[in-house]
This record gives sequence, C-alpha cells and structure tokens, in this order.
Amino acid sequence: MPAPELTDVTLTVNGVQHEITVEPRRLLSDALRHDLGLTGTHVGCEHGVCGACTVLVDGKPTRACLMFAVAAQDYAITTVEGLTRPDGSLSPVQQAFKDCHGLQCGFCTPGFLTTVAAGIEENPDPTEDEARDMIAGNLCRCTGYQNIVASVLRAAELQAGESEESA
Amino acid sequence: MTTKSIGEPIARVEDARLVTGQGRYADDLMPGALEMAVLRSPHAHARIVDIDLEAVLDLPGVHAVYTYDDLTGPMAEPLPLLIPHPTLTHGRTQYALAKDEVNYVGEAIAVVVADDRYIAEDAVGRILVSYEFLPPVVGIDKARAAEHLVHDDVPGNVAARMEQGFGDAAGAIAKAPHKLVLDIEVERSAATPMEGRGTVARWDRDLGRMSVWSSTQTSTGVRAAIASKLGLDLGQVDLVTPDVGGGFGVKIVHPWPEELLVPFAARALGRPVKFIEDRREHFISSAHERGQQQHIEVGFDEDGRVLGVDFRFWHDHGAYTPYGLIVPIITSTQFLGPYKIPNYHVVFESLYTNTVIVTPYRGAGRPQAVYAMERMLDAIAAHLGIDRTLVRERNFIQPDEFPYAHGEMSFQDGRPLVYDSGNYPELMAKAKALVGWEDFERFRDEARAEGRKVGIGIACYVEGTGVGPYEGGHVTIETSGKVKVSTGLTTQGQGHQTAFAQIVADELGARFEDVEVVTGDTRRSPYSVGTFASRAAVMSGSAIALAARKAKEKALRLAAQALEVDESDLEINDGVVSVKGAPGTSIDLGTLAVLSNPLRYAFDEASKAATQFVVGDPGKPPVPEGEEPGLEGKDFYSPMRSTFASGIHAVIVETDPDTAEIEILKYAVVHDCGTLINPRIVEGQIHGGVAQGVGGALYERMEYDESGQLLNASFMDFLIPYVTEIPKKIDIDHQVTPSPLNPLGIKGAGEAGVIPTAAAFASAIEDAEGITITSMPISPSQLFDLRLQAAADGTTNQEGTN
Repeated sequence: MPAPELTDVTLTVNGVQHEITVEPRRLLSDALRHDLGLTGTHVGCEHGVCGACTVLVDGKPTRACLMFAVAAQDYAITTVEGLTRPDGSLSPVQQAFKDCHGLQCGFCTPGFLTTVAAGIEENPDPTEDEARDMIAGNLCRCTGYQNIVASVLRAAELQAGESEESA
Repeated sequence: MTTKSIGEPIARVEDARLVTGQGRYADDLMPGALEMAVLRSPHAHARIVDIDLEAVLDLPGVHAVYTYDDLTGPMAEPLPLLIPHPTLTHGRTQYALAKDEVNYVGEAIAVVVADDRYIAEDAVGRILVSYEFLPPVVGIDKARAAEHLVHDDVPGNVAARMEQGFGDAAGAIAKAPHKLVLDIEVERSAATPMEGRGTVARWDRDLGRMSVWSSTQTSTGVRAAIASKLGLDLGQVDLVTPDVGGGFGVKIVHPWPEELLVPFAARALGRPVKFIEDRREHFISSAHERGQQQHIEVGFDEDGRVLGVDFRFWHDHGAYTPYGLIVPIITSTQFLGPYKIPNYHVVFESLYTNTVIVTPYRGAGRPQAVYAMERMLDAIAAHLGIDRTLVRERNFIQPDEFPYAHGEMSFQDGRPLVYDSGNYPELMAKAKALVGWEDFERFRDEARAEGRKVGIGIACYVEGTGVGPYEGGHVTIETSGKVKVSTGLTTQGQGHQTAFAQIVADELGARFEDVEVVTGDTRRSPYSVGTFASRAAVMSGSAIALAARKAKEKALRLAAQALEVDESDLEINDGVVSVKGAPGTSIDLGTLAVLSNPLRYAFDEASKAATQFVVGDPGKPPVPEGEEPGLEGKDFYSPMRSTFASGIHAVIVETDPDTAEIEILKYAVVHDCGTLINPRIVEGQIHGGVAQGVGGALYERMEYDESGQLLNASFMDFLIPYVTEIPKKIDIDHQVTPSPLNPLGIKGAGEAGVIPTAAAFASAIEDAEGITITSMPISPSQLFDLRLQAAADGTTNQEGTN
C-alpha cells in the first residue's frame, strides 16, 4: 500500500491560524479534535445526523464530520471553545444552558451551543416555535429538549440585554 | 444560618466545564495514543474457517493485529457471566475475540492497533476471513420454533426457564366470573447514548501499573475484570471514569471485549492505546433491549378486581447472556405494579437469537412489564365497560397496607418483593387532575365534531430502585476548609457532583460551594457497585450522608475540646462550628482539620498551627486512642432491600384520519421518588425519560432481516426523537412518600420517565381509534394497516373505550 498523500492545511479556528499536515481524507472534526486538541467538538454519529460536531464555518452551523479539513482552510471556524469570551466569561448561549439545566451528560451540548449561537444572531428574538426550529437538527438523548428550548429563549434574552447595555 | 440545600433546584456545578468544551470524555484523553479498530462479523451465524492477516502485517502505521489465537490464559476464556442464576441452566458468553464461531453481526473477530483510527480501519478492511455459513435464528418466533439452534449445545434455544408465583392462579382464573386472554408484543430498541463506548489504557512498566479510563457505568467492575483477565493484582489497576456521554444501561455491561483488549494491547506494545466506538459499531456490537412476546390469562370479577393472573412471556436475549436474567426477572416481578394481585403465576423463557446481546436499557424490563399489566387492565375495563382509571383504583394497594409483600416473590436482588411505602390512590387523583381525565369526553366530542380523532391513555408503574448490595461515601475536610467527597459509582449526566454536594452541605453544615465531589475513580473509592437501576441517589446519596455525619461527629468532638464546651452545645453552619446562641465562640472546619492532624513538620502556614509543640493535651498521645489523624468520615450504605418508587403517566393523542400520524397533545407525569434532592435535576431526568419513552413507543425499533442483518444501524434510519417529536410541554406533579429504608427517604428517579410511556401510548391510541393495540412501538404505517384490517374485520369500535 502506498504511503498516504499528505497536504498542508491552514485552519483558522477561533481567530487563531494553525498549520497542519494531514491526509486529504481527514475529517474536519478529527483535525479539530486530534490535530489541534480542541476536544470540545464531539463526534456522535459521523454521518451528519446527530449534530454533536456542529461548528460554525464563516458563522454558519456546519457538521464538522461531513467536511474534510482540507476543504475548511478558506473559512473562519468557530468551535465551542471559541464561544467563551476572551476574559473567560460565558457567552449568552453558554450562560443560558447553564441557567436552564439545558444539558445533562454534556456530549451533544457543544453542537447545540454553536447552533444556537448562530441562530440567535440570525433571529435575536425567537418565539418558542422558532426556538424549537432552531435546534430541530440536533439530537440529545438526555434532556427531552424541554430545557434546551428554554435555554434558547433565555440565550436570546441575555444577548438582548447585552446589546442594550453596549448600546 | 446555613440555607437548607436538599430540595433546592440548585444549578449544576458540572455545567461551567461542559458548556465551554472543557469536559473530558474518553476520546479527549491521551493525545497521541495508538488507536484500535475491530473487525466485526458481517454474518449472523457462521463458522470461522480461516483468518488471513497477510495483507495487514506490513502496513505502515500498523503496530499489532490480534485474533483469538493471540489470546492466552484467562484472556482466552469466555467473558464472564456476570450475574449467574440457578435457572440460567444454559448461560453462554462470547470470547473477547471470536473463537471458531460467530453468533451475531458485529461480533468481534480481530483487532488492529495502529497510529490512528484511519490506518487501523484500512487494515481491518484488508483482513480476509473465510466463513462456513450456518442458519441464523432471528426473532422470537424462530427462536421458539427451534428449527435451528444458535448454540449447538443449547436445546430449544432456551437459556433459562424461570417460574414464580403465589396463591393459585390457575384455580382463581378458572373460578372467576370473567376471563380474558391477551397476546401482545414489544419490539427491540436500544439505549444509544450520544457518546458510544470508549476505553483508553496506559501501562506504566516502571511502576507496574495499568491506568484505564473507560466510558462505563461501573468503575470497580471493569477494574476487577481487567485485573482478572490480564493476571494483574487488583491494586495494580486504576480505573478512572472520565466524563461519560450518556449510558442508559448499555455501559453497565462489562467487560466489553474492547475494555480488555485495549489494556492488553497497551501492555504488549508499551504504548497508550484507545478504542473509540463509532455509531455503526454501537448499533451492531453494543447491547439492545425490550423484545418480548407476552401471553396473559386473567380472571376478574364484575367490578374489575383481578382474581388471578397467569403471565407467560418469551424474552429475546440475543446471542449471549453476560448479564444473566436481570431483564426478564424484572419484567416478571414488576408486572405486579401498584396492584394487589391475589393469585399470580409467571413463567418466562429467555431465548437465544443470532442478534446483538440484550442487557438492561433504562427501565430494564419494566416498560415491558408495565405494558403487559396496563394492556391487561385496559382490556378488563373495555370488557366490563367501566372507566380505565376505576379498574386501576379498585386494584390498588392501599396506603395503610405498607410494607406490602407480594406473596413469596423474590426481586432481581434475590430479596423478597416487599414495597416499602407509597400512596397510589393519591397519585391517581393527581394524574387525573393533571391530564384532565374527567373533562376529556367533552374534548373528544368537540374534536369529533371537527372531524378529528383524539384519545387518552394512562399507565401506572412501581419501580424497585436503589438495589444493593452497597455503595460507599468518603468525606474529607481539608485544612483550607474545602470538603472533598468521593463515591465509587459513576456519573453519566445525572448531576451527581451537584446533588451529592447538596447532601454533604446539609449534613455537615458546610457551604455548598466548598464541597467537591468525585465519582467513579477507583483510586479514591475502590469499593463500589455502579450506576444503574435508579440506584445512585439512593445508594451513594445515603452512603455520603452517613459519611458526612461521621465527619461532623468528629468535627464536633474536636471543636468541643478546642472551645472547651460540650459537644451538644455546638452547631455547624457555613463551615463554622460555633456555640449555639454565642456565635462569637467559634472555630472553622479548616482549622479543625489542621488540629486533627498533629504534625512534626510545618510545611506551610496552616500546618504551623498543628505541629506537636502547639496542639494536643500533653497528658495524652497526640492522636488519642480510638481516633485517626485527619478530619474525615467514611461509611457504607447497604439496605435490606430495594425501595419502590411509583408514578402514573397520562397522554392525550390525536391520530390523523388520513395519514395515521400520531400527534401528542398533552403529556402528564405524576411521580413519587420520595425525598427530592434537587427537583430541577429530577425533572430533567423525567423529561429525558419521557423522550426516550416517546421514541420507544412511536419510532425506535431494531429492524433485523431474516438473515440477521440490522437494516437500520444508523441515526439516519433508527429514529431517535428530535425536538420535533417530543411534546412541547411535559406536565409534572410530584408526590413525596419518603422511603423508610434510608437516612434521607430517597427513592430512585432515573429510569421512571421511560417506564410507563409505551403502555400509556398504546392505551391512548386504542382509545382514539377503537382498535385493539397489541404491538409496540407503533408507526403511522402500522396504524394505517390496523385500520384497514379492522375495517375488513368489522371490529372497529368507533365510540372509543374510555
């Protein structure tokens, strides 16, 4: 078997540039987790259904298990680690999940957090139905989603509060 | 005054870490470890004729390939049969790697250890195995027919036949004014936690120690299995449970083949090794549950009082029986629910099939039991034309009848089946109020006028929780005043770090923020059983409470000496021991920790205060007789028997007249888990349980074809609910009947949400459609087919059965 072909890739993750050398087949999820050590992004199914690996690619929720690392190099990627503020404080969506018991085992949580972070950017004042739509592509086996929906609404509230303060 | 912590919906301390991506799950550990991939059988039943590894051996990046032939000593023996039982006459377990024969699609045949998972999977794909095919046995019908055998030496495919009962069921049924016979079934589902299985191991040659991290529900069990199989002393193996991404039962089975093969390879190669299961592997090599066929004969009087029940069922346990008969034993005993059944006979057969093993999944045989009992009670109500809740109320055990013994029955722990406490009539009153039972007929009429079909269903359960044998707690107060707590059972999302800290804060009088809890680390707690059977809060909660009380006793003893007052005059609040009514006379727990440990050396400011020239009565030894250095408390809790939680679920559904889609209009839960430690966490457990119950009732089934291929082994095809499938609101009402069996009055709550769900849906769909429901889960297509069948047979009862 021939040695695998390797490619140099520059990934911009959470505002930091990383140079890695990987096989073209390396998934973005594996590159983030195992090449960059950003293990907050979790892999739940590797076929794009569960949403645990969701990261933001130029701000848009994207399954990191369905994207090759080599295909990600022209984009700005945000992982759950990048949601935390530079001073270590929690972003509205992180705070909301904590406040509302929006997680139990925590494995699916990073995918929900990135999805909702983008969701409330796009729709800062979601109704309950819109909150449900926002998370309708992510699986959680622990919470029954009740407190995740509450977390989305709370995140929007917290974000609105911050916008007012900074206005 | 310290605020009472138990009973408060305190936000979880775990979450700060988990919402920032700082959790540590199995695959987050040990960067650079070699990775293992498994060659799994593509055939359900075959003899292995030859394994050709030629194409793998020289692959760059491959470090080792193992087959059965590479295993020696205890590793070459079958995996343990964890829970033997006298009636399990033909128990069989698999080998860590298949020896000669495979018995389900997914059984491990060989493993490759390579630089990374990509290379390991490449290599697995190049292993050539020749098979001689054997006829597969798939499904309970085929297993019962026994035209072919799963194991040559197991006649009839029957691993066990177990019979229990009390009174004279046959006689009571024969003499009863009314009789009914039901044949019903439940299909297979599975736990499917979002994180699959995962194990990481590092062998330290210098220290002769094996460090293992496994995504498990039992740290001590995996540790003992590894020590035994690898020929190590127990003291050489450390098992640390990292963050676990859900368990729901499937991670209680141990050791999984990979849990042995990873440390085996780590020692052989002298390098850290990890195995992380992928989703397809989880479907075809981790356990399933639920599949049963049930036959019920019941005799009852004009009022719907049950006089006798004969319950026979056939339980599909898959290809092997590592977890013994726990699931069917629970079905056979928990069938009795909250009801007084005067004469009962139950017999089950646990059957082999060429499918994935069946071991406990949240509820563990209870959803099937409740389904059987509640279908039976609905049938009685329909037969007599009386309200379904009335039939249940007339059969309830009454509040003044506790403790209540069900004849001579023994439970899953081998102990007598005796309920400790409960109040089922009050539960029913609450459930009817919460769901609006009395108003439903009006709602049905209104809906009908609009051409809509709606139905209401109800189901009751009793759940034996907090099963033994024991758990331990260890509470240590550090000189900083921080309180470090350890218990051996593991955590998969239940919020133990929070709930157990609440218990310690209250019992000890410490500040909640000062308490830090560690679970599932054998270095801190080598004696433990595990997290399953809704036992963590009952068992470890109680053990930790007892340990905290011991630590408190010692703190008070030391404080009484230091303050020269009587112990009975002291109280502890917010980590400060003070004289009652004279808060100025006080000493904090951290200082007492210093005083508890007389020192020779002053290595920091705190320890300066505790050197032997400073502390102690010069007339006594520095550590008085009967005392130990340190401010600690340690204790174990081992109850005589389980404590029995209870509850009722009620659901209102609407079925689409054209598409037969089933919409949930209302879901109501009334439950009694005794003392609530943290209501927010309990409600979260109920939400999650109900969601799994909805999945199990309406969506999730393992679709095996007749050759034993699992056709829906992905999240694309096995439909676990998204938010869109779950009711927008789950109404919850609590009833608190404390258990007399443990210090805090706790009963388990973890599994309850899933237990009566399928039964409640069957009841509601039957009520909406007027068609008898005999098989769950039920899909729109199946309901549509039932409608066609009923129309053809002329059996539809358009009036409903409420």
